[in-house]
Amino acid sequence: MSKSDIPKIALVGNPNSGKSSLFNHLTGLNQKIGNFPGVTVDKKTGYCKLDDHTKAEIVDLPGTYSIYPNSTDEKIVYDILGNKADPLHPDIVVVIVDASNFKRNLLLFTQIHDLNIPCILVLNMMDIVEKTGLAIDAHKLSAELGVPVIPMKARKGQGIDVLKKALLENLEQDFRPIFNAHDLAPEAIDAVKETFSVNDDYVAYQMLQQYRINSSLTENEKNLIADIAEKHQFNRDDLRRKETLERYAAINHFIDGAVKETFAQLPKRWTQKLDRVFTHKIWGYLIFLSILFLIFQSIFAWATVPMDFIDLTFSELSIFLKSQLPEGALTGLLTEGIIPGIGGIVIFIPQIAILFAFISILEETGYMSRVVFLMDKIMRKFGLNGKSVVPLISGVACAIPAIMATRTIENWKERLITIFVTPLMSCSARLPVYTILIALIIPEKTIGGVFNLQGLALMGMYLLGFVAAIVSALIMKLILKTRERSFLVMELPTYKMPRWKNVGLTMYEKSKTFVFEAGKIILAISIVLWVLASYGPGDKLERAEEIVAQTYSQENLTQEQLENKVESFKLENSYAGIFGKAIEPAIKPLGYDWKIGIALITSFAAREVFVGTMATIYSIGNVEDESTIKSRMRNEINPETGKKRYDFATGLSLLVFYAFAMQCMSTMAIVYRETKGWKWPMLQLGYMTALAYICALVIYQTLS
Amino acid sequence: MNLRSVADLTPGESGIINGFMDDTLSLKLLEMGCLPGQPIKFNFAAPLGDPICVSVAGYNLSLRLDEAITISIQ
Ligand SMILES: Nc1nc2c(ncn2[C@@H]2O[C@H](COP(=O)(O)OP(=O)(O)OP(=O)(O)O)[C@@H](O)[C@H]2O)c(=O)[nH]1
Ligand SMILES: [Mg+2]
Repeated sequence: MSKSDIPKIALVGNPNSGKSSLFNHLTGLNQKIGNFPGVTVDKKTGYCKLDDHTKAEIVDLPGTYSIYPNSTDEKIVYDILGNKADPLHPDIVVVIVDASNFKRNLLLFTQIHDLNIPCILVLNMMDIVEKTGLAIDAHKLSAELGVPVIPMKARKGQGIDVLKKALLENLEQDFRPIFNAHDLAPEAIDAVKETFSVNDDYVAYQMLQQYRINSSLTENEKNLIADIAEKHQFNRDDLRRKETLERYAAINHFIDGAVKETFAQLPKRWTQKLDRVFTHKIWGYLIFLSILFLIFQSIFAWATVPMDFIDLTFSELSIFLKSQLPEGALTGLLTEGIIPGIGGIVIFIPQIAILFAFISILEETGYMSRVVFLMDKIMRKFGLNGKSVVPLISGVACAIPAIMATRTIENWKERLITIFVTPLMSCSARLPVYTILIALIIPEKTIGGVFNLQGLALMGMYLLGFVAAIVSALIMKLILKTRERSFLVMELPTYKMPRWKNVGLTMYEKSKTFVFEAGKIILAISIVLWVLASYGPGDKLERAEEIVAQTYSQENLTQEQLENKVESFKLENSYAGIFGKAIEPAIKPLGYDWKIGIALITSFAAREVFVGTMATIYSIGNVEDESTIKSRMRNEINPETGKKRYDFATGLSLLVFYAFAMQCMSTMAIVYRETKGWKWPMLQLGYMTALAYICALVIYQTLS
Repeated sequence: MNLRSVADLTPGESGIINGFMDDTLSLKLLEMGCLPGQPIKFNFAAPLGDPICVSVAGYNLSLRLDEAITISIQ
């Protein structure tokens, strides 16, 4: 084993056993935690100071029930543990077991132990164990297993110091395998050991079992192993079944001496009671719908007060700076482009925070798994899996982690369909666009005393995204063919109280990322856009006054009317105006003018830029204007009809366009990574753009 | 003798796992702690009748009906 300067320590265990909770305590980082299997779907490293002199690299991994992976996230564990050359192959494995469900959790421990990697066994969730009346004798267990055994309450951070100390101690364990692989297939194992100079029986046995998916082996080596397996009739599945049974027999033996049940499990009573309500024939769906309803209502109803406040603050800041700073191009950029652009994003913090708080609560309580359970049968009709619900729901926040979350779906076709349709779910970046446009075309009214009309409209937009997603899934189900089977063998975790600190942290972190990530793009695009909108080819812009005066010399215009004409002439003949004009013919049938065209172009990379673009475009020239973006847009007149630019038809058409169009480079990049090629992101781009265009066209043409 | 499976249980009823009728699935079920000789209890079904929730080895597991039918019980 290679001993690098910094020891590598991998956290391995069943899903939902508390690995990420422990990781966060050790590294001070903020890995996502949730009460359902499959929260972590990728490896993540961090550093921990074990004592004053020793630093260790800690690797958090997805959960798995055994060393034999069924899905993409589980395979990451196998890749790291099964390949000694992997850069993350650990020097020590910390196996974290949910001690309240001890037996099943130990299976994985025995497998890792037999790979002859030094391990430490952490008994997590001891708080639950104590309540259930189990008594686990850690010393005895440690003597039986020959490894350090450390009780822990990772949620409260208890036991971390003991673990750190144990990690520092010399882990020269005298190694004897728990499962004797050699007895089951002696010739094959000996042949592999000799050919590949492997020392451990179980390592050789694992190579025979899983050489096909072992990425560290060359084709040649795989063929060699295949030959050995065939020659000695290595029956993989039969042996694996025997292995599991033998391991459980050994585990029973270990438990006999070390674990005592003093009274029957009680705390699961709560879970039983709650399940009776949450999975009830009628109440189950009703509650689910009410929760969704509550989320959208609160996004609109609760968030308005802080939002209005932020809106006002930013527009006052602009006015203030404009009055204080010397007039000039830079002041213009700052007060007309950057500040309104940033303000256009900051204003959505309250909504984003509320959205993430709700999602975080759904995940923390364990309710998410029940939604999977409730929706599986419906989802299957659409070519999806119950587990697709997790990506679809978290897609409401952001498509990027949502697409990663599809890794827990074992069946490739179901996973691919989920990846394909997830970006149709309305993500938080669409929220600003929806909010502004809804405010423009839907009156602010309360119906029935409780329901905010704009909130209902917002919910309608989310519903629209969901319907588009599942209808698209259905179409794909009919097109794609597969023979691979689909499973739903899934653990239903017990309900837990959400940790409010964690919910608050999620709200804070996500809002921060949103503002900074979006802010960066918006800042860059605002600057570029401002330049493009302020300068143009030739000397037309300089001669704007002259030209306009000439054009309208016959008419009797007031000074103010003339000034407005000059400003719009300038914008029209700037570079940005020229771009917008160039695509105007294509978007005119949708009810958009060239100014909206500019927004469509800038939104191509990231749709949240819409508001900032609007701010920049409508602020240029409006020298004395002190109104907010919303009112500027409201006052915009369509010169052809003389009516409002953002009337119902245009507004709705634009809403639908933003709901369906693929306007997010990062999503495409992540789809490329998860599907390992450009085929699917390109199809997605084509499909979503076409869908957006056609639907917007139909809507505008019927309504106008 | 008629073979019963987990899918034949009524809510609240328990059985003892006897064996598996599906080779591929049995690998996964065994690793999840569904061992022959273990008691398995049908807790409740989803509102649409599928999937179902069973208790086995001290925790709750959700299974589809066509998966539950492959677990034979005594
Ligand atoms: N009661 C109790 N709950 C805990 C303890 N440690 C973690 N949890 C909870 O268990 C759940 C799972 O924790 P995670 O840290 O996300 O588990 P994980 O192993 O990383 O899960 P995956 O990433 O899905 O594999 C969360 O709801 C935690 O709050 C503990 O010691 N006691
Ligand atoms: Mg985790």
